[in-house]
Amino acid sequence: MSTIVETHDDHGHHGPAKGLTRWLYTTNHKDIGTLYLCFSFLMLFIGGAMAMVIRAELFEPGLQIIEPEFFNQMTTNHGLIMVFGVIMPAFVGLANWMIPMQIGSPDMALPRLNNLSFWLLPMAFGILISTLFMEAGGPNFGWTFYAPLSTTYAPETVTFFIFSVHIMGASSILGSINIITTILNMRAPGMTLMKMPLFVWSWLITAYLLIAVMPVLAGAVTMMLMDIHFGTSFFNAAGGGDPVLFQHVFWFFGHPEVYIMILPAFGIASHIIETFSRKPLFGYTSMVYAMASIAILSFVVWAHHMFTVGMPLAGELFFMYSTMLIAIPTGVKVFNWIATMFKGSISFETPMLFAIAFVALFTIGGFSGLMLAIVPADFQYHDTYFVVAHFHYVLVPGSLFGIIAGVYYWIPKWTGIMYDEILGKLHFWLSFISVNLTFFPMHFVGLAGMPRRYPDYALQFADFNAIISVGAFIFGLTQLLFLFIVIKSIRAGKKANSEVWEGAGELGLEWTLDSPPSYHTFTVQPQVK
Amino acid sequence: MELFKFFFHRLLVVFLGLIPFSLFADWDLNMTRGVTETSLEIFNLHMLIFWICVWIGVVVFGIMFWSLFKYRKSSGAVAAKFDDNFWLEIGWTIVATLILVVMAIPSTQVLVKAYDDSEGEINIMVTGYQWKWQYKYLEDNVTFFSNLATDDEAIHNRIPKGELYLREVDEPLVIPINTKIRFLITGNDVIHSFWVPDFAVKQDAVPGFINTAWTNVPKPGIYRGNCTELCGINHAFMPVVVRAVEKEEYTAWVAEKLAFAEVERLLTEKEWTKEELIERGEKVYTKNCVACHQVNGKGIPPVFPALDGSNIVMRDASKQIEILMEGVGPSYAMQAFGKQLGEVDIASVITYTRNAWSNKEKGDGKEVTPKDIVEYKKRIKL
Amino acid sequence: MGKTVRNLILSTLGMFAFGFLLVPIYDVFCEITGLNGKVTGPSYMSEESKGILDKREVLVQFVTHNNESMPWTFESQVTQVRVNTGEQQEALFIFENTTDEDMIGQVIPSVSPGRGAQYFHKTECFCFESQFLKSGQRVELPVRFIIDPAMPKDIGSLSLGYTLFDITKSTEERSLAGL
Repeated sequence: MSTIVETHDDHGHHGPAKGLTRWLYTTNHKDIGTLYLCFSFLMLFIGGAMAMVIRAELFEPGLQIIEPEFFNQMTTNHGLIMVFGVIMPAFVGLANWMIPMQIGSPDMALPRLNNLSFWLLPMAFGILISTLFMEAGGPNFGWTFYAPLSTTYAPETVTFFIFSVHIMGASSILGSINIITTILNMRAPGMTLMKMPLFVWSWLITAYLLIAVMPVLAGAVTMMLMDIHFGTSFFNAAGGGDPVLFQHVFWFFGHPEVYIMILPAFGIASHIIETFSRKPLFGYTSMVYAMASIAILSFVVWAHHMFTVGMPLAGELFFMYSTMLIAIPTGVKVFNWIATMFKGSISFETPMLFAIAFVALFTIGGFSGLMLAIVPADFQYHDTYFVVAHFHYVLVPGSLFGIIAGVYYWIPKWTGIMYDEILGKLHFWLSFISVNLTFFPMHFVGLAGMPRRYPDYALQFADFNAIISVGAFIFGLTQLLFLFIVIKSIRAGKKANSEVWEGAGELGLEWTLDSPPSYHTFTVQPQVK
Repeated sequence: MELFKFFFHRLLVVFLGLIPFSLFADWDLNMTRGVTETSLEIFNLHMLIFWICVWIGVVVFGIMFWSLFKYRKSSGAVAAKFDDNFWLEIGWTIVATLILVVMAIPSTQVLVKAYDDSEGEINIMVTGYQWKWQYKYLEDNVTFFSNLATDDEAIHNRIPKGELYLREVDEPLVIPINTKIRFLITGNDVIHSFWVPDFAVKQDAVPGFINTAWTNVPKPGIYRGNCTELCGINHAFMPVVVRAVEKEEYTAWVAEKLAFAEVERLLTEKEWTKEELIERGEKVYTKNCVACHQVNGKGIPPVFPALDGSNIVMRDASKQIEILMEGVGPSYAMQAFGKQLGEVDIASVITYTRNAWSNKEKGDGKEVTPKDIVEYKKRIKL
Repeated sequence: MGKTVRNLILSTLGMFAFGFLLVPIYDVFCEITGLNGKVTGPSYMSEESKGILDKREVLVQFVTHNNESMPWTFESQVTQVRVNTGEQQEALFIFENTTDEDMIGQVIPSVSPGRGAQYFHKTECFCFESQFLKSGQRVELPVRFIIDPAMPKDIGSLSLGYTLFDITKSTEERSLAGL
């Protein structure tokens, strides 16, 4: 419509508001993306501090620093914060920033709902974290909060916990409604579904998963609330209920939840590997179908978290087979990333380093996952550190490295300033080494018989635990370097152009925008061929 | 492609054959082989899946790292343009599926064998309590609790830790070798889980429900396990210890246990002196109370009240008896020890606390005898 | 766009309802599969089973447990008995309220192995309803059952676990709430 070239200080009245209220009332997808990412970063340090407390206590056998009741609060809240406060909000932040830019739209479909979705999170976590300072202590029943430990035997603060989970769930559900509506309705003309960037695909699928399972989690905590306060017996055998029912309902949510936490990372990895191999992503169509199959299969594997609960043989076999099946689409994705690198022209900037580490280390997590799927072997792995090793491999060098890779990849677009490449590489190598130092030995202590959620252990586990704790401390401190790098690339440094990465202009609509993009991103709708 | 497959298959056979499975046997890196047929089958299955994963990893990472090296832009690599290959994708999808089928077959066989529902020669009811195990032999009518025996002083680093730190109990589960043992597992309060790695037995102890497991141990020895489901503060402090013995020794042990139970019953009748009660009470306290109320009796307020200086412990013996016998709500904050400890133990631990720490001078130091507890049971509850 | 939003909101509400539907679905599933030994077979034998004439001996064990140290005495008269399939059997259980207050107890049964549960037909059981005992009262209550001859031969023994819960307080609360 207008032939005037838009710059961000041209139309002052369309620009961002000044001061703190900008952040409180913003409906701009980039601002909200920034809010989610900053919140997630803050939560990373809070949840990380809890991990440091845990690892400090586990450095040596014996109870040195804290007592078991506080330890149980630390493990529980570390899990809740990392899952609901770090990984999920970070991916939503990336979605908010990138989806409109990648599909050629000026903003999300429901901008005011977007603002609400974000601000629900500090409220939810404010409530959750405040319970740690209450007399009865915070939740202490594990992030998986099995009944009756979390109902009849829970501290009084459990009601705050339930309330907090409801609010987090609302935030995710509202965010997902927004994301799906945006993707389905606001793509630039010519961008059919099978021309969408893979990050957008990954989020479309993830958002559907969230709509499907977050309400089931809400159902589970509501049943808990009713059992605790209203005399029902969902999970109480005395009244005709069953504690195992809790596990079924929880894991029906819980398993798709872990795929929710990895799918967007798959999308990010695909973009980065394509860019830095200078070669088109191998097998776009299969990548889409693989993500969709993983999402669908994720609904029929939940009881692999419950192999020792007393299930009949047929049940155990079914869940073993369905769980093993998920390895196929996942494997296809790994092969396709490697086939993209094969015969490419590869450079190793920081995003690519994190993406490569993601592929390799997530695959290791996948192998331990496959081992866990084998029911009779799982009798020896279940509830030991072998499981802790598995899920930390897929979540830390998996999801978290995916997020970090995405930040390095896109931050020059967001701020218009290149991050410091040398510091970035330093951050990478320190993180890579320490993450393996921390989580690889957990496979061994788990196999050797150390159970999880233990504040103290028998002497034969001492050496490995000391190594793990050292690795954890290095990893934690290294993320302070990341904080420094991020702040630096907001404030000062080499300017980034639109394309940022060599050849990226062809790869996605986001690279056609200015760095940083104007306040309304696309004011003229692009056409896609 | 054909050449690659040719080499891969041969390499696989050679390496699998060359590397002895016993490579990792003695290091504390790996799962135990255990002592039963089941545990060995599970160990072998674990190693099979492990090696398959290792070889898949070697191939996949090999190709990946080789590509990262060979196709570096800095060494002049120019990118190709291909972005798909239908038959290649079909090919590796089929290979992946076949590998999974190969894994699923032995897995199914081992699992089916583990689900044995035939009769057991000896049936033991295993009940998980917060935080100890109760074992009830159904045929021989022997029942007892099994508590962690490690001194709290060691846990809090005031004395050195022994070799069996956190792996020892006062009363192990004794079973005869070469006998099919069937475990009937349940929980008394929250969900616990009974695990003995050397038998590859792990089943959750769910309150209100019975799960079964079985084992047949061919070798005498002591086998140690853990609770493997978060059950509250002392989840890490309720180990499982099984002592497998020759059949004659088992029979002798049963007789000894029955005799001991009889002796305990008689002790209730005896006239106890205050000193005897205090001496016994201290032992009971160390085993059952220290975890929450601490060695110094100061507890961890507000969750675990202090006994030292407590009004009830100093001046209200009948209230203290009620608390010990019936527990304290809400949320079962303190268990009803009346059902778990005998009259002698309850009387002696009460007498001990009333005469320990500062309560000795400040409190009434009242003596509570086993007969008082019997009276209580008759009069009021239990 | 409005349609997308409307459909997503409806799906969200639908999945919330589904979460609660999982409760009865679970019960039905347990009945069919015998999961957790929660629900035993119907109280009658099918005509087909009645036609099976050859009997075999099955060991039936009775284990009792007082949840959370519930004060009553609760014991089976015998810990185990060998019975023939297809024949009506009876086992007696002793209940005694040794406290000075009237109380209500509920026994929850659990059969192991789970897949044997559907072959265990209870015609009468104290677990069918809650038991009110006055202070000091003692009763002997039976479980009457028939083991279905169609039960697979590899199940050599059945364990009947009975857990006794104290529901005095929760029953009071429910009646106060008008339930």
